[in-house]
Amino acid sequence: MSRQAAVSRPRLPEPMGLMLDRQQSVEFEFEGERILGVKGDTLGSALLANRQWVWSRSFKYHRPRGPLTLSGHDANSLVQLPDEPNVLADRHLASNGISIGGQNVNGSLKKDKDAILNHFGRFMPVGFYYRAFYKPKGVWDWWEKQIRVKAGLGVADLSFKPEYYDKAFLHHDLVVVGSGPAGLSAALKAADNGADVLLLEENPVLGGALTYSEFSGCDNPEQLRQDLVARVEQHPNISVMTEATCNAWFMDNWLPVLEGKRLYKVRAKQCVMATGAYEQHVVFRGNDLPGVVLSSAAMRMMKLYAVKPGERAVVLTGNEDGYLTALTLKQQQVKVCAVADMRQESELSAAEQDLVSQLVSMGVDVRFSQTVYEAKGDLHLKSVELRTITSPGEVGSDYEIIPCDLLCMSAGYMPAYQLLCQAGGQLSYSDERAAFSLKNLPENLHIAGSVNGIYSLASVMRDGERAAIQALNALELASEPVPVVECHKKVNFHWPIFKHPKGKDFVDFDEDLQAKDIINATRMGYRDVQLVKRFSTVGMGPSQGRHSALPTARLVAKATQRTVSETGVTTARPPLTPEKLAYMAGRGFDPYRQTAMHHRHLEMGAKMIPAGLWMRPAFYPAADQRLQGSEASPLLPKARQIRNACIENESSHVRQKVGLIDVSTLGGIELRGPDAAELMNRIYTFGFLKQPVGKTRYAVLTNDQGVVIDDGVACRFDEDHFYVTATTTGVDTVYRLMTFWNTQWQLDVDITNVSSAYAAVNLAGPDSRKVLERLTDQDLSPEGFPYLACREGFLAIPDSEQKIPVRMLRVGFVGELGYELHVPARFGEVLWDLLMDAGQPFDIRPFGVETQRLLRLEKGHIIIGQDTDGMSHPGEVALGWAVSKKKPYFNGCRAVDIVMKRPQTRKLVGFVLPKELVAQNRKPEEGHIVLSGAGADAEITGNVTSCEYSPTVNAIIGMAYVAVEQSEVGSVFPIRVDGGAVVMAEVAALPFYDPEQARQEV
Amino acid sequence: MKLMTCPLNGLRNINEFIFGGEVTPLPALEAPDQEWAEHTFYSYNGTGVVREWWYHSASGYWFVAERDRTSDQIIKTYDPSELASEISTPAFGMGESSAEVTS
Repeated sequence: MSRQAAVSRPRLPEPMGLMLDRQQSVEFEFEGERILGVKGDTLGSALLANRQWVWSRSFKYHRPRGPLTLSGHDANSLVQLPDEPNVLADRHLASNGISIGGQNVNGSLKKDKDAILNHFGRFMPVGFYYRAFYKPKGVWDWWEKQIRVKAGLGVADLSFKPEYYDKAFLHHDLVVVGSGPAGLSAALKAADNGADVLLLEENPVLGGALTYSEFSGCDNPEQLRQDLVARVEQHPNISVMTEATCNAWFMDNWLPVLEGKRLYKVRAKQCVMATGAYEQHVVFRGNDLPGVVLSSAAMRMMKLYAVKPGERAVVLTGNEDGYLTALTLKQQQVKVCAVADMRQESELSAAEQDLVSQLVSMGVDVRFSQTVYEAKGDLHLKSVELRTITSPGEVGSDYEIIPCDLLCMSAGYMPAYQLLCQAGGQLSYSDERAAFSLKNLPENLHIAGSVNGIYSLASVMRDGERAAIQALNALELASEPVPVVECHKKVNFHWPIFKHPKGKDFVDFDEDLQAKDIINATRMGYRDVQLVKRFSTVGMGPSQGRHSALPTARLVAKATQRTVSETGVTTARPPLTPEKLAYMAGRGFDPYRQTAMHHRHLEMGAKMIPAGLWMRPAFYPAADQRLQGSEASPLLPKARQIRNACIENESSHVRQKVGLIDVSTLGGIELRGPDAAELMNRIYTFGFLKQPVGKTRYAVLTNDQGVVIDDGVACRFDEDHFYVTATTTGVDTVYRLMTFWNTQWQLDVDITNVSSAYAAVNLAGPDSRKVLERLTDQDLSPEGFPYLACREGFLAIPDSEQKIPVRMLRVGFVGELGYELHVPARFGEVLWDLLMDAGQPFDIRPFGVETQRLLRLEKGHIIIGQDTDGMSHPGEVALGWAVSKKKPYFNGCRAVDIVMKRPQTRKLVGFVLPKELVAQNRKPEEGHIVLSGAGADAEITGNVTSCEYSPTVNAIIGMAYVAVEQSEVGSVFPIRVDGGAVVMAEVAALPFYDPEQARQEV
Repeated sequence: MKLMTCPLNGLRNINEFIFGGEVTPLPALEAPDQEWAEHTFYSYNGTGVVREWWYHSASGYWFVAERDRTSDQIIKTYDPSELASEISTPAFGMGESSAEVTS
């Protein structure tokens, strides 16, 4: 059933309506009214076809606003979708069944209760908010809420569902931005010469101005467009992306391109920007009334959407385009009541005089040196008042009223300068052409067409080829002489600004700024255009100065007696158009590294946690205690109980029997060569020259500021062979530091980061020797393989001839008899299985990182990065013993000297809390602060770095930085815990467990 | 994003590189504390062309770049061996046991 919307009127006949597929209709709701359009309509063109010209209310005065550009370049067209605010009605395709509304409105668009603000304009001068609401103190907090309601921009949907967005990379010889006649010509020329070209177009069809404009000297721009587009689409060297916005320019032609729900990161060897120019409005009273549009907007209505823009039109022009628009209007049966040319008749070119003759012969009233001084109407244009221009910006007192419902403005163009200024281009203003042009572009960036100040169609196409030749020469795909392309066509009227005593002569539609607002800003001392922007907010709206930058520059220049070049425009920064955060976020993607034994941990139900770039088991809960999803949050009591119980069980097991932990994430660096020991000696704080083969030594690294930044175990397997471990997150820094210095020292040593080449476990507990004995014939006796020794050997695979190479380190991180076993990563899972099997008779169990943290805390071993911070020098963390005093140099040695000479202010100590706190569950957390004493005036002297309940000590134990005077064993210091309560801690001697080292040195 | 030519790997995105500071010699070990503090904490902040250390993190390679601090243009990059005469091993050199190996 075909239902006709009551108000829709028939479309113009073909060939008008390039975008339309007239066979299919589209129906949606706007402000509760039914809107009938056809497929290919934007929301905006469908609204216009249904005589809906009021699309929004203005930001400050709530004036009715309608289409200005019809190209998605102004803020008048922002409408509200149910789930999305600030949608461009003239860009967003109409679809069936959606319901859209106006924004920034109290009531309906046609009866906005806040429209009364329009009459209070004189009480809201420029800078009004800043000047009116700052006294008395605090008053702004109340006013802000009121103003936000009146001056909002749409309503966000807070119950939105995240959608899938992602990113992709593209690489091309040449990227051409814009597919107008210049862009199409550039792409074809470059592709014909073998360049791999990407052509970007923000609209759904290629052609730019060819799709909607008329040109003198070209009878059929649509035929030309079809020819060029056919060649482009058939060209094997050209990729085309439509509805794709190049949203910024970054160094070396790194271009973010938005298309659909994807952000393309495009790297272009060469780039041609054929981004065109924005048509500019004329400043006069009422220039924002619905029905007052740019000439290009009227052309788009007709040629793209077959919408008749009005019945009675007046054209206000300062260039040829106004006449071409008037002709097209005539052809489409719109009565052209008058063409007012702001220029004198003598300024017209021969081509323009021809057009005037044509129009006059059709009976059109053409006047010169006249302007529209005021547009009148309520919700739509009803008439214009024409006056004679007496001098720039001034008019005579005689006037004539012409009734009309459409006014088209052609005052000139502003190059689409934003991306080019981001690239470092500079704008300079020619008084003779009354236009800005761009210079100082980077070598790999070229411009062509109207953005380059070239306007006549034949020259525009030659300019596209010229830019392509520059790019081809740079790509070494051609070595052609670069032709000179000139165009003397003048398109800008020099002063299209007619300030009215009663105002409403808008410079910036987004921010409701009138000519006097800009002038008053300069009178208040804001002479710099950047300051004018910040004070008046000109150019800050969604259209980002596309239409306000040029009149603002002209007004500020005149008001401050400077040239427009000197005044300039405000800085254009990325992004070019509003960019959804979803583009930046992309898809949810958290890559992490897995150790060789990762799947074994999962099979055993380990609770996995991130550790640097890795996932590691925190602990291994029993099958009925494996919480999932939000239940597993460590903030919940049940999850904490399970965690604490697991850690308690696992730690007791290691202390009493034997446990196994995956330590593959440890860093490993291999040093081979005659100078290996010398390099170790110059990098780490300890002495390494005399380290015996087969022994390990603790290695501490300080930085240039004398701060401890990493530690590890150095194994000497041979005179010229060291293997040194590093922390999981620190190994890259350590490796970088070693190679940095050896690049300069040129010692005879190879340095290799072998972290991911090795998998490793720590087999720890009183029964660990018995487990290992089952797998190796290495002498494991206390004499044959004593504490702190290291060995290279093999582990036998039972019932097999096979064996795997292993590096064995007798270290005591957890404070029990234990062996760190490092094997090539491909044997990691085999190693795990071998040990779990061999350990079965001894009830071996795996333990996780959280358990290991408790075990090492009981032994008083620090973790770099947890128990140290950006200020920790060796003296503060009791590592003075690991700093050699006898050698001439190590990394950071002079800084260590200097900081350790100073009076020490804090010290890392162990502490114990009173037993009753265990039952009260009042455990301090890492990061809680240590105070100098009781009382409100107490100062912060340090902080807790590690804290855990120890089943072995049967108390809450920890480590904390405290003031030196608080650091004696037995002294008591306060810790402020959550909620502001204070608990008293007693300094304890380290280690808490087995101070005689009886358990690890057996 | 900028591009930089790694002498070992060719033209790469700048996010593959890590900045290593200006090429400056260490003070003598016996130099006063003040001189070491200045070397550690003060860096040249003026205009003009500077020589800088850069590290290609994917391949673990240190090299030298000359960069114009006004225009941020990288003028050239090269292997540090070309600087060898200026950054030769300082005097703090060899300890007792390795002296025989390296002399």
